[in-house]
Amino acid sequence: MPAIIKDGTIVDDSWQRLTAEQIEQQGLPAEGDLIVPLPVWQAQRDAIAARAGRTAVCLEPGEEPSEIAADLDRLPLVAIDFPAFKDGRGYSYARELRTRYQYTGEVRAVGDVLRDQLFYMHRVGFNAFQIRADRDIEDALNGLKDFSVTYQGDVNDPRPIYRRR
Amino acid sequence: MYVYQDYDRQLLNERVAQFRDQTRRYLDGQLSDDEFLPLRLQNGLYIQRYAPMLRVSVPYGMLNSTQLRTLGHIARTWDKGYAHVSTRQNIQYNWPELENVPDILAELAKVEMHAIQTSGNCIRNVTTDEFAGINAAEVEDPRPWCEIIRQWATFNPEFAYLPRKFKIAVNAVPNEDPALIGVHDIGVQIVHRDGETGFTVLAGGGLGRTPMTGEVIGEFVPWQHLLSYLEAILRVYNKYGNRDNKYKARIKILVKALGAEKFRELTEAEFAELKDGPITLTADEVDRMRGHFSEPAYDGSATDQPAALTEALASSKAFNRWYHTNVHAHRQPGYAAVTLTLKKTGRAPGDITDTEFDAVADLADQYSFGELRTTHQQNIVLGDVRQDQLFALWEALEVLGFATPNLKLLTDIIACPGGDFCSLANAKSIPVAEAIQRHFEDMDYLHDLGPIDLNISGCMNACGHHHIGHIGILGVDKKGREYYQITLGGRGDKTSRIGEKLGPSFEADEVVPVIARLVDLYVEQRQPDELFIDTYERLGIDPFKERAYASHH
Ligand code: HEM
Ligand code: SF4
Repeated sequence: MPAIIKDGTIVDDSWQRLTAEQIEQQGLPAEGDLIVPLPVWQAQRDAIAARAGRTAVCLEPGEEPSEIAADLDRLPLVAIDFPAFKDGRGYSYARELRTRYQYTGEVRAVGDVLRDQLFYMHRVGFNAFQIRADRDIEDALNGLKDFSVTYQGDVNDPRPIYRRR
Repeated sequence: MYVYQDYDRQLLNERVAQFRDQTRRYLDGQLSDDEFLPLRLQNGLYIQRYAPMLRVSVPYGMLNSTQLRTLGHIARTWDKGYAHVSTRQNIQYNWPELENVPDILAELAKVEMHAIQTSGNCIRNVTTDEFAGINAAEVEDPRPWCEIIRQWATFNPEFAYLPRKFKIAVNAVPNEDPALIGVHDIGVQIVHRDGETGFTVLAGGGLGRTPMTGEVIGEFVPWQHLLSYLEAILRVYNKYGNRDNKYKARIKILVKALGAEKFRELTEAEFAELKDGPITLTADEVDRMRGHFSEPAYDGSATDQPAALTEALASSKAFNRWYHTNVHAHRQPGYAAVTLTLKKTGRAPGDITDTEFDAVADLADQYSFGELRTTHQQNIVLGDVRQDQLFALWEALEVLGFATPNLKLLTDIIACPGGDFCSLANAKSIPVAEAIQRHFEDMDYLHDLGPIDLNISGCMNACGHHHIGHIGILGVDKKGREYYQITLGGRGDKTSRIGEKLGPSFEADEVVPVIARLVDLYVEQRQPDELFIDTYERLGIDPFKERAYASHH
């Protein structure tokens, strides 16, 4: 089973992420934990939910959390894709899931996810990271420890430094 | 000045360690060029024509003498003995080796300096009036607010990968724009209403390829909500700014595309969510920050126009001239602010050597409580000089070559590094600046002309602020040859305004004669006490156009 970083440790991962084309060609797998693209979810919400196995939605840049706001209580996981790590929209999406919608499920970064972005990602509300396959996940884990000091509040501690002193 | 606390110091040390490791991984091949790029940029490291360029942050332009000596030490040890004051009040090194940058950062960290977010698509150094805290016209000292913004912006996790770079400037002077807030991504104007501090917040200004001035988004944001409001704007920008085309990625394009009304609506919606939450500023925090910028130990018995000054003004014409251009009024009786012009002919505007850093640091210790400021005109200010010591300071500056009495005059040119250093350049800018300085060498004539801002950029990225020069010069490429386009009527003084194009561009050797003709027209047409820019605004561009192209008929 592939490994991911979750809640600060490396764990085996049970989730399978499929693209819209894969689903179109192969149909929905009858069972197993499945991450589907937002348009697939929107088109086949109930069929997907009726399967054996859990379902999660993956947001691409440009697909905002508001689109799944009404579904959040039945989604145990929301994935946010970074097709390129330089596209920072996903940071605002993760933060919004946590602070605007009080989402408490897993928020997972997928795609171009690399060590040097993990510290920030963790602060905006990601608690799981699927490190890019060609990179050393053990090494990536170090990225969560880059800093011990922060000025701003964040999702894990909303108090900025001037409320922590 | 802001004094670092233990946690500020710790943060910097952790940053140095992080970058050292990133550099090691890059040199080992574990990080690709593409992956390392934004990491090094967020540490101020560009790759330019011959070598990397390292941009060191000078938060809102404030420096102390210890920091200045370190800057000199770095120039001596890791560069070619000089550095450069930039148009955003930062310090740049042109020749460091990548391998040495972690050591340079460690050296900077020892004196509470860094290169954090001086480049890249993130929130950049916050800038303000170079006379902040001593300008009698300001409603209050903007620096505590700048420091509050700096801390909020530093490693802000949500805004490290914005569509494009993001620059914030703060101004506290009514009816003037010394911080150029009109041409920043966000401009913050400090205002007082019913005895309370608040902010008028502009968004969507910028120079570069599509220059424009910002729109008022928040009419009056009460002081507690400054960061909530900024965060709201950044959220809107981070989500909706263009990411497909880097020339359309600045916030100015978004504000323009949505319209100020719609942009305000989106901002207000985000703001409503943040308002009164934990990000709300506390009175304690603001007091604490204000405490960091308390007055130096002024001599309360010092008076304006002391006898020593009056006598020196009467006895030395050269001192008198310098006094009238380079010395500024101060809010404290008996004191003055002095600008050191880094604009000697034959020297790239803003350049300063290692030994000069040391010498200026000594002067700051001797005459100005050990503090200095950099300016967006690429000069240095000693902010708190006793008026009876001005003559002695001037004599020392004369020896150093920093007393050229040309501040705000035609030869106090702002110029980017241009084709001599920058790989994006269409044309050189430093030789053009020098040619203009050589032509207008006669100080009597320059003083008679009065203030004229002349700004030069080597390409439309506008690092030299050409759009807001009364006279702007822009390097353009025509079939592989260097040409220069001239704009007139830009302003970065009382207000920020984008200049108008004069017409077809000129070859390099035509630039000086054209400037001379424009200036001649002004001299012929001006009314008593009328400045170049005012004559231009009265007459409009046509007569200038006609004169500029006169020899082409
Ligand atoms: C070789 C080094 C440099 C490179 C590659 C470079 C590159 C750029 C680029 C690409 C832009 C446009 C960004 C945009 O519009 O989004 C820009 C803007 C700017 N640069 Fe530079 N630059 C360099 C050196 C400098 C220096 C030395 C200064 C100061 C003297 C400077 C000051 C500025 C300023 C103030 C702007 C902002 C204009 C605006 O508001 O859009 N740059 N630079
Ligand atoms: S204006 Fe152009 S030429 Fe000048 S420094 Fe900026 S990018 Fe380079």
